[in-house]
Amino acid sequence: MSLATSTIAQLRQRLTAGEITSRDIVQDVAKAIEARNGELGAYLSFDTEAALKEADVADKSLPLGGIPIGIKDNMNVTGQPCTCASKILAENYTAPYDAGAIQKLRQGGAVPFGRLNMDEFAMGSTTENSALGVTRNPRDTSRVPGGSSGGSAAAVAGDIAIAALGSDTGGSIRQPAALCGCVGLKPTYGRVSRFGLVAFASSLDQIGPITKTVEDAALLLNHLCGKDGRDSTSLDVEVPDFTAGIGKDIKGLRIGLPKEYFIDGTHAGVSAAVDAAIKQLESLGAVIEQISLPHTELGVATYYVLAPAEASANLARFDGVRYGHRSSSATDLMEHYLKSRSEGFGPEVKRRILLGTYMLSSGYYDAYYLRAQKARTLIRNDFTEAFSKVDVIVSPTSPAPAHKLGELKDNPLAAYLEDVFTIPVNLAGLPGISVPCGEVEVEGVKLPVGLQIIGKPLDEVTVLRAAHAYEQAR
Amino acid sequence: MPAAHIDIQHVAKLSRLSLTPEEAAHYEEQLDGVLAYIDTLTAHDLGDVEPSSHAMPVFDVLRVDEERPGFTQEQCLSNAPKRVGDQFQIPKVIE
Repeated sequence: MSLATSTIAQLRQRLTAGEITSRDIVQDVAKAIEARNGELGAYLSFDTEAALKEADVADKSLPLGGIPIGIKDNMNVTGQPCTCASKILAENYTAPYDAGAIQKLRQGGAVPFGRLNMDEFAMGSTTENSALGVTRNPRDTSRVPGGSSGGSAAAVAGDIAIAALGSDTGGSIRQPAALCGCVGLKPTYGRVSRFGLVAFASSLDQIGPITKTVEDAALLLNHLCGKDGRDSTSLDVEVPDFTAGIGKDIKGLRIGLPKEYFIDGTHAGVSAAVDAAIKQLESLGAVIEQISLPHTELGVATYYVLAPAEASANLARFDGVRYGHRSSSATDLMEHYLKSRSEGFGPEVKRRILLGTYMLSSGYYDAYYLRAQKARTLIRNDFTEAFSKVDVIVSPTSPAPAHKLGELKDNPLAAYLEDVFTIPVNLAGLPGISVPCGEVEVEGVKLPVGLQIIGKPLDEVTVLRAAHAYEQAR
Repeated sequence: MPAAHIDIQHVAKLSRLSLTPEEAAHYEEQLDGVLAYIDTLTAHDLGDVEPSSHAMPVFDVLRVDEERPGFTQEQCLSNAPKRVGDQFQIPKVIE
């Protein structure tokens, strides 16, 4: 059987026992990619020779020694492309440095292997905004994998990656994990360095693991976190052993169900799967309590002010001078900027730059950005209040299972509303995981459903403990 | 408050994007729809709430003012779409 179907924990055991080598793993993953990537479109590129070289010298005594990890194509890895699934970076960009998270990953012994597709600059929730190719859901290839880390989730769920890194600004790790049927964890804002992650919305972006099991998410998170002087928002706090709660019971754990997250618009099959999961958690000894997060209704609007505003500023760096696409037909500097950017960016990126620029333009700052920052305070306060009564909060990850390809295309508002349960977690900077919680049958195909577990700031250990207890009992 | 409306060509210029008339009309319609939705926020009384710029407040993060390794000139130039010798090339800006 191909090693590509294995978990990190399984491979570690076999590596330590001397049954396999890192080279075997990379070769098996490469074979799996060659066999199935044509169908799934999860990888934009991969360099097997380079990965084999690294695998051969990887230190097997390290916790991730010689394990290949797929990387979303918005994190810099020295010598590799970093396209952000955009034409503006696809032609001629080679990363001259490692992102902070990649350095940590290497210190754990892991081998970054392969570049995974995404919505262009991480803007979207279907991966259909990629300018470089279509990614399909491994469970039903007529459907989207979710997004924006759709390539990462499709590769892991489709067994053409052992595990992967994604980034999450409004749900971009948790939602594709839910839709593809794997585990996705967004850490507390500031846990993982954003240095070298191409910025989308700097106050919300966070890197995290997408894995086959909850234990693997903990193992991978152990080698991503820590203060980085090159990201002033990275937190100078102790990094615990994130596997500490794995295997522990959840007797007496207080779980909150926010009434605003259990609403009519959610797909009936998703509601049924989540209700069954809650019963399961209760049978494991957790105490279920009804809670309220009263400002939830402001979440999506708040996000769609803050994220485009920050994106419009962050993407100003693409000027066609230092890196990225440069128009060949411009005759003066202004025309150079206009043409280089217009030729390079895709429609959703342009939409968000336009929206963000408008909201930050003279006379509109107070009406939009300042108001959204105030609303963020209210949303954060809601969670603080709730966490005085409960240890974790549980909800569906996404209101619907995977849509058909094209279903939400060119309907930005409908697509934005899909992020309703994940966005508040980013606004409040909290850790959140999506763990598979059953299936819903749609048109004869069983599609995965995700259960979201949200924790207190910096309390990933409890989130992982609850997720693992549920995963094992299912 | 009247319904929010985006003057798309003005905003496009500020954004350093050029749009065809068809693109402009399309984006204008879509973004007016998004702005109408965002009005749920502008309609809400937020009064004296303290704004938060980050979810995890950290302030005045300074580093020690000392030399540290950076890119070489060659690394900086390695991704330039057009260069002349050791410099980035741009279209002529002075006559």
